[in-house]
Amino acid sequence: MNHMAIAALKTQRRNLVQSMFDEGVLDNQFNQLQDLQDSSNPNFVEEVIALFCNDAERIITELNRYLNDQNVDFSKLDSYVHQLKGSSSSIGAYRLKLACVNLRQASEERNKEECAGAFNSIRREYYVVRSKLQVLMQLERHIVNLENQQ
Amino acid sequence: MGPKLKQSYHHSVTVKVNEQMGTKRGYTFIQANRAWLPKFLLLWVMVMAFLSTWIYKKMDADNKVRRKEVLSSMCDQRARMLQDQFSVSVNHVHALAILVSTFHYYKDPSAIDQETFAEYTARTAFERPLLSGVAYAERVKHSEREKFERQHGWTIKTMKREPSPIRDEYAPVIFSQETVSYIESLDMMSGEEDRENILRARATGKAVLTSPFRLLGSHHLGVVLTFPVYKSKLPPKPSVEERIEATAGYLGGAFDVESLVENLLGQLAGNQAILVNVYDITNSSDHLIMYGHQNQDGDLALLHESKLDFGDPFRKHQMICRYHQKAPTSWTALTTAFLFFVICLLVGYILYGAAIHIVKVEDDFHEMQELMVRAEAADVAKSQFLATVSHEIRTPMNGILGMLALLLDTDLSSTQRDYAQTAQVCGKALITLINEVLDRAKIEAGKLELETVPFDLRSILDDVLSLFSEKSRNKGLELAVFVSDKVPEMVMGDPGRFRQIITNLVGNSVKFTERGHIFVKVHVAENPKPKDDAKAEIRLNGGSDEGALISGSRQFNTLSGYEAADERNSWDSFQHLVTAEALRNDASEKMTVAGEASRSVTLMVSVEDTGIGIPLIAQDRVFTPFMQADSSTSRNYGGTGIGLSITKCLVELMGGHISFISRPQVGSTFSFTTVFGRCKKASHSDTKKSNAEDLPSGFRGLKAIVVDGKPVRAAVTRYHLKRLGMLVEVANNVKIAASACGKNGSSCGSKIQPDIVLVEKDSWLSGEDGCLSLRMLDLKQNGHVFKLPKMILLATNITNAELEKAKAAGFADTTIMKPLRASMVAACLQQVLGTGKSLPGKGILNGSSVLGSLLCGKRILVVDDNMVNRRVAAGALKKFGAAVECAESGKAALKLLQLPHSFDACFMDIQMPEMDGFEATRRIRMLESQANEQMNGDTNKGSGKKDKWHLPILAMTADVILATYDECLKCGMDGYVSKPFEEENLYQAVAKFFKTKPISDS
Repeated sequence: MNHMAIAALKTQRRNLVQSMFDEGVLDNQFNQLQDLQDSSNPNFVEEVIALFCNDAERIITELNRYLNDQNVDFSKLDSYVHQLKGSSSSIGAYRLKLACVNLRQASEERNKEECAGAFNSIRREYYVVRSKLQVLMQLERHIVNLENQQ
Repeated sequence: MGPKLKQSYHHSVTVKVNEQMGTKRGYTFIQANRAWLPKFLLLWVMVMAFLSTWIYKKMDADNKVRRKEVLSSMCDQRARMLQDQFSVSVNHVHALAILVSTFHYYKDPSAIDQETFAEYTARTAFERPLLSGVAYAERVKHSEREKFERQHGWTIKTMKREPSPIRDEYAPVIFSQETVSYIESLDMMSGEEDRENILRARATGKAVLTSPFRLLGSHHLGVVLTFPVYKSKLPPKPSVEERIEATAGYLGGAFDVESLVENLLGQLAGNQAILVNVYDITNSSDHLIMYGHQNQDGDLALLHESKLDFGDPFRKHQMICRYHQKAPTSWTALTTAFLFFVICLLVGYILYGAAIHIVKVEDDFHEMQELMVRAEAADVAKSQFLATVSHEIRTPMNGILGMLALLLDTDLSSTQRDYAQTAQVCGKALITLINEVLDRAKIEAGKLELETVPFDLRSILDDVLSLFSEKSRNKGLELAVFVSDKVPEMVMGDPGRFRQIITNLVGNSVKFTERGHIFVKVHVAENPKPKDDAKAEIRLNGGSDEGALISGSRQFNTLSGYEAADERNSWDSFQHLVTAEALRNDASEKMTVAGEASRSVTLMVSVEDTGIGIPLIAQDRVFTPFMQADSSTSRNYGGTGIGLSITKCLVELMGGHISFISRPQVGSTFSFTTVFGRCKKASHSDTKKSNAEDLPSGFRGLKAIVVDGKPVRAAVTRYHLKRLGMLVEVANNVKIAASACGKNGSSCGSKIQPDIVLVEKDSWLSGEDGCLSLRMLDLKQNGHVFKLPKMILLATNITNAELEKAKAAGFADTTIMKPLRASMVAACLQQVLGTGKSLPGKGILNGSSVLGSLLCGKRILVVDDNMVNRRVAAGALKKFGAAVECAESGKAALKLLQLPHSFDACFMDIQMPEMDGFEATRRIRMLESQANEQMNGDTNKGSGKKDKWHLPILAMTADVILATYDECLKCGMDGYVSKPFEEENLYQAVAKFFKTKPISDS
């Protein structure tokens, strides 16, 4: 029974990850991240994802604040986006990274409208990747639970 | 909007152009005023038109003035002449009057009668050409009329030829010239004009003139001149009454003014041109014409008046002249002005054209410049793009190759392994190509910078050779390298690029050569050696020229005996080299000193092969990128044709020059020169260990005999053995070698006793098989030889059968497979001589495990402001067994890194707030150098081992561009890794400094 469930959950997890790869939400870096998780470090991926989400939400809030300013401080904006880009490339959130790149470009051009557009896509991409990662983490926890029960 | 945009674009471009040119050059005057050019032209034309009009007017006015002057002078001349002639005539009439008074009145009886008068006047008529005739009228008072009529026999008649009515006085003509005889007996006082004349004449006593009238008879216009004739002598200053009283008669003459003037004018030149009128202007309101037609047309615009004085103060006359024709249009003036205008017009147009042309040329020039700038920019952009793209391709390719390498480590079926291996080979080929393209692009973008580090040229050549040994052995090619002893052991330069050049050239040679040899030769470029020495050496060597005639067939003194393209490269010249070395080795350390004095050394490297050669037509584009000899070449042999062009660029970057000699079907020889710096002795010893592989020194002083029929090959073998410190003799064949050994046996002592005998396979096969071994056996039995020389066979390729045979023949010890390399020879010799511990073998390492071994137990500091990145990097490094600590900013890192710290390495993010990676690194380096100085000060007495603080710091960066890398190095970092970590990349970066440091954790 459990065995079957675990197999099903693993299939589901694989499919989910695969779909994320296919959609370009994640890239190879995520695999490497997963590789880094081993018995000595069992919650590594989850931990990193949590870190990432906190970080990203903080940055997105900041970005939002800066973009709503009358006079946008592009250099500040840029440094925040750089951080977000770093984090997202670290966990392999590919499309989010691209969105960050777009925002950086727009901010280099001092184009507020494009910045706003890019920021929206960052937000969108972030929610997509977060929701999917959350689902993935739930699956993960289920699997771990079931495995522990066995 | 459109034009404005365009304008601003244009502006920016020109600005760019100006900037590009460096010197800010303005436009020329013409260029600046280009819009004004047509206006200038128009203005010019107008000014010139005005000028030419002015010229015309001026000339015309001049003409008119001249015409007027001419007219007036002509007129005056005529008037004067007329006056003169008139006065001459008047004088004659005066004379006649005196004649009449003398002969008619003073003589009694009168000496003159009509007949005499007529005769006299007729004969003197020529004196008075102007007078049509003269007549004398006597003053007759009415009281004397009867007496007078009676005396003359006719009555006094009036002008109308009627008997005269009674008057106070009469003036009947008594004498007359024949021409006017019809007026005889006519009373002159009956005509109004004449009467007045007569009265005026006798009152004044001078000649008086009538106003002009039609003369009787001729009907010409004329005037009548009247002179008084006085009876008695007049008192001085007579009164009018006295004059009247004394008057006896009147002499009159008719001036035919018309014919007078006609004659006069006939005598003068230019008669036709002018029209002359003579007027009597006594009555100023009514001018009476005396000559000319009143309403004759002429040039009414211009006339000249000249006064005439005919001697009668009462009458006034004048002459008016005018031109017959109107002033002709002045063609000269017109033509001059017109020509002037035309010329000016043309000049103006030429100037305008020139200006337009200049403008156009300048425009073109600017346009071209702009295009050039753009083209150059495009070129640079292209190269940069290529560099970037190649880089981008390289990264995933490394991933692919790494994964394939990992895949090959796993359990695979043979088919799978085959597939994976194929994929790996292809991948490697691809990455090589990409690297080449990247190189090329870098060179073009001017980004390739050469290192200057000390390196051992010989070991690099050995490495390259080993790279191709497999291939060459399969093809049965002799592959050999020879480095002249004069070439310094260590040189300063870019070993990687030098290796690349050699690899390219040797790779090409291997690719295109199916038989024969490939020979890499390095010597110092300047070695002019006297030939005498060389010859002496030949003798010394003893019959080395026999070698050329080993077989009956055509043999060349090259490495393999095949003909080489460049004959200069053959034994003859090669021998000079060897000779020179021998000489140098013998003595003269002076040369060494002299050589070391110069700071750089120019090396001449040649790569000779006996391949298919390069077709003559293709020879001039060998160094053009992407050009192979012809398309069939690339079909047969593959390749992109970029290698040689890169090689050329690299050689030129190294300050050298590459050239080649090639003969189709014979072979090619590529030669290049490069300039390397000489190493200073000090740095020499420092770097030697790390850079060059150490050759074991255990063979120093061993003696060897090389048995080889081919001198070049023997020289190569000797070169390698010499590097190991051995003393080498060359024997041409087995016999000589054997005899050398033999003599040795008899303890002559003059010859060396060989420890090793190396026999070339060819020599062995051609020599008598058993001979040598038999001898050896002999010697052995006799016990003469203390120690038997070891027998080693040298072969390029050898079949199993031959190997068996060789063993049987006594080469039991070993066979060295060529190409020779010093390290390999050393290894073989060690094996043979049993001297030794085996060389520290370097297994083929695979990334992951090596990375584990490299990093295991290391304490590593990760500095990154990004929490996620930090966590991931730490995770990755932990996975390889490293103990990781994290710092979230440059400042935190600095705190952790206070000396003495316990970290083995530091991974540093570059872009961080407050203090970025560069700055942090700089400060760390500063701390370290301070500490080092202090330490040096403390332990100055100095054990040789200087334990310096130097923490390896690696930059972590997401976008690896060249500039970043340079910056990394500049601020003292040791390298960089891409972020997020890639295993391969991480390995490469870490291996660089962990490998050289012996792992000393125990």
